Amino acid sequence: MAIIVVEVMPKRELLDPAGKAVLGAFHRSGIEGFHEVRIGKRFELHVDGPATESHLADARKMADDLLSNGVIEDVLDVRVEDSPA
Amino acid sequence: MRVGVVTFPGSLDDRDALRAVRLAGGTPVPLWHGTHDLEGVDALILPGGFSYGDYLRCGAIAAHSPIMSEVVSEAKKGLPILGICNGFQILVEAGLLPGGLVRNDHGDFICRDQKLRVENTGTAWTSGYELHQEIVIPLKNGEGGFIADDESLKRIEGENLVAFRYLEVNPNGSAHDIAGLRNESGRIVGLMPHPEHAVEAGFGPDTDVAMKSGTDGLAMFQSVLTQVVNA
Repeated sequence: MAIIVVEVMPKRELLDPAGKAVLGAFHRSGIEGFHEVRIGKRFELHVDGPATESHLADARKMADDLLSNGVIEDVLDVRVEDSPA
Repeated sequence: MRVGVVTFPGSLDDRDALRAVRLAGGTPVPLWHGTHDLEGVDALILPGGFSYGDYLRCGAIAAHSPIMSEVVSEAKKGLPILGICNGFQILVEAGLLPGGLVRNDHGDFICRDQKLRVENTGTAWTSGYELHQEIVIPLKNGEGGFIADDESLKRIEGENLVAFRYLEVNPNGSAHDIAGLRNESGRIVGLMPHPEHAVEAGFGPDTDVAMKSGTDGLAMFQSVLTQVVNA
């Protein structure tokens, strides 16, 4: 068993209103040490058995085609992790 | 003139769009996201509301639904398509219009009667307006902030792809006050506000004349009928 992890983040130069809202909650909680919060997504694609190059290729394709929107987001990483199970 | 309206799982305003088509003088044709059949319609509307829970990004999963393969191929042949709110988001996710739509900059859902300026009348859906006409139609969204990188914005403005711009209030932090776009051919238009909610006196926005008498959205549905007749 393996999982392929895909990480997607909003583009650096674009506004992340959700992250900004969370930062507001930090400040209201009295935590002042952070000046920015950005919210991204982590996808776990589960594979029966070991992850192959073909799985990775499919994962990269879907990361670009569906899991992210290249206009507003960047795919940071597509990597294999051992399943904890 | 047959105008299709696609219902996705979560669409809210499909019935209103069908009704708007009828009030404009067209024949409304309900369509279903799970088929590959556009039933030979002459024009198409992707309605507002939600789709597939909008889990991934608004409109992202809908942009990959079965009927969208036909929508994209017919779009390339010039089928007039109007995307309203979630429908606009679907068009953007399908790559038929540029840019992206993100959560409103203030973080709140917003619902208001919104003033817009018609910035381009050379489209299948705006030919019935005067250039720079000011209209008021309802706006209701949580994720209507239009964004694009500087290069795309330059292209959008340079090629005159802005169809509608917010006036007086920018309700969601949209770049350049952009409320709606057209594609290069003008056959495809998408906008966040809801023209289908301003097509019949008694049910539209308030005007100086009378409460709820605003029908500024009707011309959008009438425009496409003349376009299709002339085509």
